[in-house]
Amino acid sequence: MELIWQGGVKAVELIFGFDAEVWSITWLSLKISGAATLISLLLGIPLGIALALARFPGRSLIAALVNTGMGLPPVVVGLFVSIFLWRSGPLGFLDLIYSPSAMVLAQVIIALPIVAGLTMASFQSLDPKLSLQLLGIGASRAQLLWLLCKEARLPLLAAVMAGFGGVISEVGASMMVGGNIRGKTRVLTTATVLETGKGNFDVAIALSLILLTLTFAINFFLTRIQQREHLRWPRLS
Amino acid sequence: MRKITSFGYSLAWIFALAIWAIAYAGEAANRSAILSTTTSTQDSGLLDVLVPLFEKQTGYAVKTISVGTGQALALGAKGNADVVLVHAPSLEKKYAADGTLLNRRLVMYNDFIIIGPKDDPAKIRSAKGAMAALQAIANGKANFVSRGDNSGTHTLEKALWKAGGIDPKGPWYIEAGQGMGATLGIANERNAYTITDRGTYLALGKRASLPILIEGDKALLNIYSVMEVNPANGPRINSAGGKAFADFMVAPQTQKVIQNFGVEKFGQPLFVPVAGKKEDELGA
Repeated sequence: MELIWQGGVKAVELIFGFDAEVWSITWLSLKISGAATLISLLLGIPLGIALALARFPGRSLIAALVNTGMGLPPVVVGLFVSIFLWRSGPLGFLDLIYSPSAMVLAQVIIALPIVAGLTMASFQSLDPKLSLQLLGIGASRAQLLWLLCKEARLPLLAAVMAGFGGVISEVGASMMVGGNIRGKTRVLTTATVLETGKGNFDVAIALSLILLTLTFAINFFLTRIQQREHLRWPRLS
Repeated sequence: MRKITSFGYSLAWIFALAIWAIAYAGEAANRSAILSTTTSTQDSGLLDVLVPLFEKQTGYAVKTISVGTGQALALGAKGNADVVLVHAPSLEKKYAADGTLLNRRLVMYNDFIIIGPKDDPAKIRSAKGAMAALQAIANGKANFVSRGDNSGTHTLEKALWKAGGIDPKGPWYIEAGQGMGATLGIANERNAYTITDRGTYLALGKRASLPILIEGDKALLNIYSVMEVNPANGPRINSAGGKAFADFMVAPQTQKVIQNFGVEKFGQPLFVPVAGKKEDELGA
């Protein structure tokens, strides 16, 4: 217990003492996981929509792969991305291993199935008659898609939160493809592992608390948007 | 429908590539060298001092990957690193012999120690040397935590078991599969014996509260060497950067920094610099 207290004190010290290294680590975590989430949304939402609404050969296979991928272990992603990006690997010429870009890539692979899977589920939960109605009142296909997106926006926000939560908290892939290099690829999770290994438990706890606060703040913000929208619905009781 | 999704896809790809390119542009390719090294050099804090010094002197940016010695050497041999700083002489000599790693030079040493429970159930305090101590531990089936990760420390441990004619197996033999710091933590919690390098033991301070039971055996010397990666191992190896780091590690100025490292914090140096010497000149 005393240790957690010490960690809390240390966290306050590091944050409000504006410890440059801790701030840059926190900022890097946000940048990498933010970029990864953004890319996953850009790729995953269209993919999820296509899987939910379009009919094409191989659709159910891809859907099953996406659903499996929602539980993809980060270390497995880390291993395969490393093998591809090492200089000895097929993509070695890109010189990406041990760089923030490599971490973004790995995190996209982790978050993409989560975003696509939840998008697919949220579009499939819409009433199929809605599309017919909208088409019936003369919506073009682009308008239809836009209106359906608006209709599914609450579960879509859940997809954003799940995707971001998945990557900001993962350590296995970041450690392997990023290398936990000080000042370059050290993020909150890998720094926590390192400080634990060094026996600096107070710093490790401080970093954990920063990570928790950060994810809480972001989820709180997104949840508020989501729930505010939800309140416009008629009350049942 | 199809038209819209394919449009969305191309847009998404363009975006992704743009972000990628921006992130990528920030990195100077050829001015960075990859150093693969052991967890002990990182966990002891030595690299936090040396790497910035090297970067300032030479302008190279160093990417330090700290893993077990076995993996550190393998990364170099496959051309995934430019220079290695490791501590497993027997393994290093193998790579030197097959020519994948070049120009092995001694950098520094400290020693391994065997620590364990205060009450010493296997009575190793009175054992004559490290090998006899491990034999006593095995005979008494006292808990022993092994790194189990093919690191330099693990390599030395395996060599000692082999020399003692023991194949360590059983519930008393705990394989941690983690770095030195984590392994010391496990030994501490389980009140077990383990082998550790002195540097990490000192650096961990109160987290490693088990007393030193065996030290000073010549078999427990922990010698760190630097080796350059043969540019023939693969494409894109920065051999100039690797050589620069190797040269830096044995330079008199750096050796002086190593000599003084840890004195302020731990009251004694963690490493003894030995650049230019030969292995058999080192005494425990």
